[in-house]
Amino acid sequence: MSTSFYNQEHAEFRELARTFVARAVEPHLRRWDADGLIGREVWKAAAARGLLGLRTPEEYGGAGVADYRFRCVLTEELSRVGAAAFASGLAINEDIVAGYLLNLGSDAQRRRWLPGMAEGEVVTSIAMSEPGAGSDLRAISTTATRTDAGWVVNGSKTFITNGGSSDVVLVAARTGEREGRPRLSLLLVPAGTPGFTRGRTLDKLGLHAQDTAELFFDDVEVPADNLVGEEGRGFHHLTHQLPLERLSIAWRGLSGADAALRWTLDYVRDRSAFGQRVIDFQHTRFRLAELVTEVDVTRAYLEKLVLDLNDGRLDATTAAKAKWWATELQQRVVSACLQMHGGYGYMTEYPIARAFADARVQTIVGGTTEIMKEIIGRALAADRS
Amino acid sequence: MPNIVVLVKQVPDTYSERKLSEGDHTLDRDFADAVLDEINERAIEEALQIKEAHDGEVTVLCVGPDRATDAIRKGLSMGADKAIHVLDDALHGSDLLQTAKVLAAAIRTVEDVDLVIAGNEASDGAGGAVPAVVAELLGYPQLTHAREVTVDGTTVKVTRETEDGLTHLEASLPAVVSVGEKINEPRYPSFKGIMAAKKKPVETVDIADLGVDAGDVGLANAWSTVVEAAPKPPREAGQRVEDDGDGGVKIAEYLVGQKLI
Ligand SMILES: Cc1cc2nc3c(=O)[nH]c(=O)nc-3n(C[C@H](O)[C@H](O)[C@H](O)COP(=O)(O)OP(=O)(O)OC[C@H]3O[C@@H](n4cnc5c(N)ncnc54)[C@H](O)[C@@H]3O)c2cc1C
Ligand SMILES: Cc1cc2nc3c(=O)[nH]c(=O)nc-3n(C[C@H](O)[C@H](O)[C@H](O)COP(=O)(O)OP(=O)(O)OC[C@H]3O[C@@H](n4cnc5c(N)ncnc54)[C@H](O)[C@@H]3O)c2cc1C
Repeated sequence: MSTSFYNQEHAEFRELARTFVARAVEPHLRRWDADGLIGREVWKAAAARGLLGLRTPEEYGGAGVADYRFRCVLTEELSRVGAAAFASGLAINEDIVAGYLLNLGSDAQRRRWLPGMAEGEVVTSIAMSEPGAGSDLRAISTTATRTDAGWVVNGSKTFITNGGSSDVVLVAARTGEREGRPRLSLLLVPAGTPGFTRGRTLDKLGLHAQDTAELFFDDVEVPADNLVGEEGRGFHHLTHQLPLERLSIAWRGLSGADAALRWTLDYVRDRSAFGQRVIDFQHTRFRLAELVTEVDVTRAYLEKLVLDLNDGRLDATTAAKAKWWATELQQRVVSACLQMHGGYGYMTEYPIARAFADARVQTIVGGTTEIMKEIIGRALAADRS
Repeated sequence: MPNIVVLVKQVPDTYSERKLSEGDHTLDRDFADAVLDEINERAIEEALQIKEAHDGEVTVLCVGPDRATDAIRKGLSMGADKAIHVLDDALHGSDLLQTAKVLAAAIRTVEDVDLVIAGNEASDGAGGAVPAVVAELLGYPQLTHAREVTVDGTTVKVTRETEDGLTHLEASLPAVVSVGEKINEPRYPSFKGIMAAKKKPVETVDIADLGVDAGDVGLANAWSTVVEAAPKPPREAGQRVEDDGDGGVKIAEYLVGQKLI
C-alpha cells in the first residue's frame, strides 16, 4: 500500500472497514454461498457504520464524500476476506446505480431512492444484458413504449447482479430508432410492479452468494417520472458512466490479486516440501517476484486513474485499459497463487479456491477484455489516443 | 447531566512485537504500532452510555506523545465530545505517580467534573494503580474494577468484580471509576463519526499550562526506575505422552507430579 495515495482519513476509514468486515461479513461468507443469497443484514450493518452512500450528498442521506479512495479502501478490505460476491453487489449500488441517479436523476427520483440505498434498505440492479445482447448493446430488444400515463416495458434481461432480490431495477430499453440504429432509454422499474417477474437465481461457476438472475417484463407499466435522463439518450448516458464503472471493476481486480498474494505468501512460508519451505524453492520466489511486481506497477497506474476520476478527468478509453489489464492480471495472479497452494488450493475451504472461481467473471462482466481492446483500438485507429 | 472525563492511554498494539529502548529501558515507541488501549475503549463506551442515558458531556484526556492524537481521535470518532492532550517532551519516562499527578492537574482544569472513568489496568505497564492515585490526589472516592456502573442523580453505583467476588459500591459524585474487561462491548466508530471527529475541539496543553513543575516529571525524576530488562525466555518444549491405552493415567500422573491435583 503506498502511503502517498491514502491519507490519515483513509487510514481511519480502513480501520472501520476492517472491523465491519471482520464482524459483519467474514463470519457469514460460507452461509451466503450456501444460500445463494447475501441477505439484508449486512447492508444494514454497513449502513449503520456509514459505509453506504459514500458519495451521495448528505441531503439525500449519504456521507457526501466524493473521494473515490474511500470506496477503494472498502473494496480492498472486502477482497482480503474473499467477499467478492458482496463487493460486486455493493459496486452496483454504490458506483453504478447511485451514479446514474446522482448524474441524471431528477430530484424526486433521488429523494425516492438514494436515502434508502444509504440506509441499506434499498438494493438495486442495472439491467442492460439480454439473452441476445451482451457485448452488442445495439441488439437490445426489450422495448419501452410511451402511453398516456407513462411507459410500458416488454422483454427480458439476464445475468443481472442483485437481480433475485433487488428493490428497483434500472432497465435499458429500446424506445425507438434513428437511421436504423436503436435509441435507448433508462427506466426505473420497482419490485412488485405488475408484470415484472424474476427467473431462478442462475447457477454460476463462482460468486455463489450473488443472486444473479433473469428478469422478465410483461406489459410492465411505469409512470413517466420513472424515466432517468432523457428519452432516447440511453447510449449517451451509459457512456457517461463508463469511466467509474470500469475503474470500479479494475480496482476489484487489483484488490483481488493483492489479497491472493497475501494468502499465498502466508501459505508458502508455512508449508514445506522436500525438507524446505515452499517459498524457498527458487521457482516459487521468482514467480512471486514477478507477480508482486506486476501488482505494484498496476497499482501505481490505477491510483493515478482514481485521482483523475476524483478530478473528473478520467476518460472511458483510459478506464478500458485499466479494466482489461487489472482483471487479466487478477486471473494470472489468482491462478498462479492457487498452484502454489498445491492440492489445498483446490479445496473451497481455502479462500484462494473460491477466489479462483469468483475472479473468472472479471474479464467478462462490465465489458469483456476483447471489447475493451476494441474500444482502445478504435481510439488508436481514429488517432484519438 | 454528568460531565465525564475519560482517561485514555495509547499503548503498543498487543498484536505487534513490543520492545524497550536499549539505553533507558523506556518504551521503544518506534518499534510497535500504537493503538488506543482496548480497556480505554470500554471506558469510553461506558461514558457514552451514561451520556446517552442522562445527557452530559464526555471529554477524553490523554497524556502522551505527538502520535497519541490517533488514540484521541479514535475516542472522538466513537462519540466523545472533546479532548485534552497533555503533550510535553519533559514527560518522557514519567512513571505511574508522575503521570497520575499530571492527569489530576489536567482534570482540575475541567469545570464541574462529575465522573472520571479509567481502565483498571493498562495493557502495557499493567500497573493498575493510576485510577486510585488520581482519586487520591483529587480527593474523590474511588470505585475500581467496575463491571457495572449506574449513575443516579448525584450518586454512582458500581458492581466491583475481583477474584474475591462481587462488591456493591456506592459513592457520591464526583468520583473516579475504573472499569474491567467485562463492563461492555465497545462500539466502533461510524464513517460519520470519523468525519465529525475532525471538527471536535482538542485542547493541547503542556505541563506549564497545568502548573506542574518540570522538575517533578520525566525519567530523571521518576520514583521508580527500570534497572534491567530481558526478553522472556522461550517456552520449553512440553512433555509428550503417547497414548497406548493408558493416556489418561499418564496425564493424571503428570498432574500429580506437578502438584496440580
Ligand atoms: C456474474 C455476472 C454478472 C453480471 N451482471 C450484470 C448486470 O448486473 N447487468 C448487466 O446488464 N449485465 C450483467 N452481466 C452481463 C455481462 O455484462 C455480459 O455477460 C458481458 O457484457 C458479455 O456479454 P455476453 O455474455 O452476451 O457475451 P457475448 O457478447 O456473446 O460475447 C461472447 C464472446 O465474444 C467476444 N466478442 C463479442 N464481441 C466482440 C467483438 N466485437 N470483437 C471481439 N470479440 C468479441 C466476447 O469478448 C466474448 O468473449 C453479468 C454477467 C455475469 C456473468
Ligand atoms: C482433486 C484431487 C484429487 C487427488 N487425488 C489423489 C489421490 O487419489 N491419491 C493421492 O495420493 N493424492 C491425491 N491428490 C493429491 C495430489 O496429488 C497433491 O495435491 C499433489 O501431488 C500436490 O501435492 P500437495 O498438495 O501436497 O502440494 P505441495 O507439495 O504442498 O505443493 C505446494 C506448491 O509448492 C510447489 N512445490 C512443491 N515442491 C516443489 C519443488 N520441489 N520445486 C518447486 N515447487 C515446488 C508446487 O508448485 C505446489 O504448487 C489429489 C488432489 C486433488 C486436488
